[in-house]
Amino acid sequence: MIRIPTVPTALAFALALMLSGCGREAPKPAATGPVTVKIGSASPLTGPQAHIGIDIRNGVQLAIEDANAANVEIGGRKVKFEMVAEDDEANPTKATTVAQKLVDSKVAGVVGHFNSGASIPASKIYSDAGIPQISPSSTNPKYTLQGFKTAFRVVAHDDQQGPTLGKYATEKLKAKTIAVIDDSTAYGQGLADAFEKTVKAAGAKVVAREHTTDKDTDFKAILTRIRGRKPDLVMFGGIDPQAGPMVRQMAELGIKAKFMGGDGMQTPNFIKLAGNASEGAMASIPGLPKEEMPGGKAFLEKYKTKFKAEVELFAPMGYDAVMVFIDSMKRAGSTDPAKFLPEVGKTRYQGVIGPIAFDSKGDLVDGPITIYVVKGGKWVAQETVTPGAVGAKK
Amino acid sequence: MDIFLQQLVNGLVLGSIYALVALGYTMVYGILGLINFAHGDICMIGALTALAVAQALAALGLPPPLVLGLAALAAVVVCCTLGVSIERVAYRPLRRAPRLAPLITAIGVSILLQYSAALIWGKQYLSMPELVKPTDISVGGVHLTDLQAFIFVLACAIMAGLLWFIRSTRAGRAMRATEQNPDVAGLMGVNVNHVIALTFLLGSAVGAVAGMMVVLYYGIGHYFMGFMLGLKAFTAAVLGGIGNVAGAMLGGLLLGVVESLATGYIGDLTGGVLGSNYRDIFAFLVLILVLVFRPSGLLGERVADRA
Repeated sequence: MIRIPTVPTALAFALALMLSGCGREAPKPAATGPVTVKIGSASPLTGPQAHIGIDIRNGVQLAIEDANAANVEIGGRKVKFEMVAEDDEANPTKATTVAQKLVDSKVAGVVGHFNSGASIPASKIYSDAGIPQISPSSTNPKYTLQGFKTAFRVVAHDDQQGPTLGKYATEKLKAKTIAVIDDSTAYGQGLADAFEKTVKAAGAKVVAREHTTDKDTDFKAILTRIRGRKPDLVMFGGIDPQAGPMVRQMAELGIKAKFMGGDGMQTPNFIKLAGNASEGAMASIPGLPKEEMPGGKAFLEKYKTKFKAEVELFAPMGYDAVMVFIDSMKRAGSTDPAKFLPEVGKTRYQGVIGPIAFDSKGDLVDGPITIYVVKGGKWVAQETVTPGAVGAKK
Repeated sequence: MDIFLQQLVNGLVLGSIYALVALGYTMVYGILGLINFAHGDICMIGALTALAVAQALAALGLPPPLVLGLAALAAVVVCCTLGVSIERVAYRPLRRAPRLAPLITAIGVSILLQYSAALIWGKQYLSMPELVKPTDISVGGVHLTDLQAFIFVLACAIMAGLLWFIRSTRAGRAMRATEQNPDVAGLMGVNVNHVIALTFLLGSAVGAVAGMMVVLYYGIGHYFMGFMLGLKAFTAAVLGGIGNVAGAMLGGLLLGVVESLATGYIGDLTGGVLGSNYRDIFAFLVLILVLVFRPSGLLGERVADRA
């Protein structure tokens, strides 16, 4: 007798809410025609990283075309999506200008940026405007640690990569003695520190902890020291211009230890710089190998037919980011960022890259990390690890 | 102990490259009293030329020794032309100008060379094709590759040849005369302009070889590599006594060894406060100490008379 009246009351209340919601959207003209919703894409479209930035934009474009072809209806109205692509030149300053431009052109959500250095300053502008941002590729942990409710990413971040490498080193490679080197940058040192912590916790001994810089090419002195400690494995936190010569010099000094690093050295350039010495080197990269993504094969083919080019790296993430926006809009029944933003955080979406869900910070839950190894002068995917224990639970 | 010996070997190989570059600084300083800050970048141009030629020829499938020979030849020719032209265009018009003018010009030339190289080869790191797989010729616990031995021996041979050239040939005597007093040497029938051009020619040729050694040794080159190399070699020249050819050689070898040992032991010495990423401290600490306590360097005699 107490509960019965509450149901109709609640129903009436909800109905009133919905009506009032409709009422607010009603002033928009052309109730019959489709509403146009803009989605922003921000990545470097010119300069040395243009190929990766264009790849992301293409992913966004593909998603928008697919959504339009599917005649998406949101809140009972047909919606036409439109892409607004901007070039941030991989430049943090330009990124903020671009972000403001996107906000001014009233986009509902932004896919970007590519570089952590661009995503971080831009995220404040999106946050102030209340527009959700999904980065397809920025891995610096700081991006989601600023307390912005609008910042999300669909890749694993660096703090997940280090522990994953560490787990792989101790569990799969059974390394007991490990030497750790970093390049004294935020990325390299962060990766190396996280790695060191994990292997120490797993009971391995870190026999040497050395530092170099991101400009050096002579590692003979530190490698000689390391050789004296006879490690099973050398881990380097840094990028390919150092990793390449380092591996080469290890071989020259007769160091037989295995070598591993993060995504900064998982490049074709590393193999070129290291020459034959690169054989057997290992590196991790966030995400699944593109061929192994749940929606990978179909996506790769679709992309190839459309753009007459191969997927570089982050197009699937860009595609999924758009789909996450649309999915959230559907659940919220609105294309207004203020209304669908809370729904982005509750995403449970099966994308091209796999299941997508965000933790409270906006990081991808259980973002997979793949370990690659150089075989026959090529990076070959070895194993995919999900940093389950590391990725914070929702 | 074998770690110590290994660091010593590493240092000597590195030091022999420093010594070759230092020769270019010291010869020009000896004759013109000019610190040619563009010299490190001439070495960089030599390095990148050798690298580009080696890449192109290796792609054609020529035998490695021929590729290396041609790459070295191209580097030497390019650097000699460059060195002599720079002297003609940038330094000769300023020979009677206040000392600061050519120094600033030298810095300008250095920047010009860096960014020209960035335009030609791009700003990314370039990799030297692995033409000959270095063979291990270890003695006891000390690892040495034939490439390292080759670099060291070649560097020593070039240094010995240069010393002989300066001490025992007619042109060398003209160089020494010009060094002592260009005006009087001119009165005695020495063509001072030719001698100065020859000095730049020799310095650039040796620098080109040094640059090529760097890309061979580390397998990597980029447009900014001449900056640090130049500064270290300059330090080596000052350490040995700038203007003194034998001093540059000694300074180079010594600096290489100091740097290598210091990098190897800095962690232990400072109890882990300073890591091996602070290796460059040592080269410049040496520079400061020499300038404070023995400004004329280890083998230098006179410094004040030209200041």
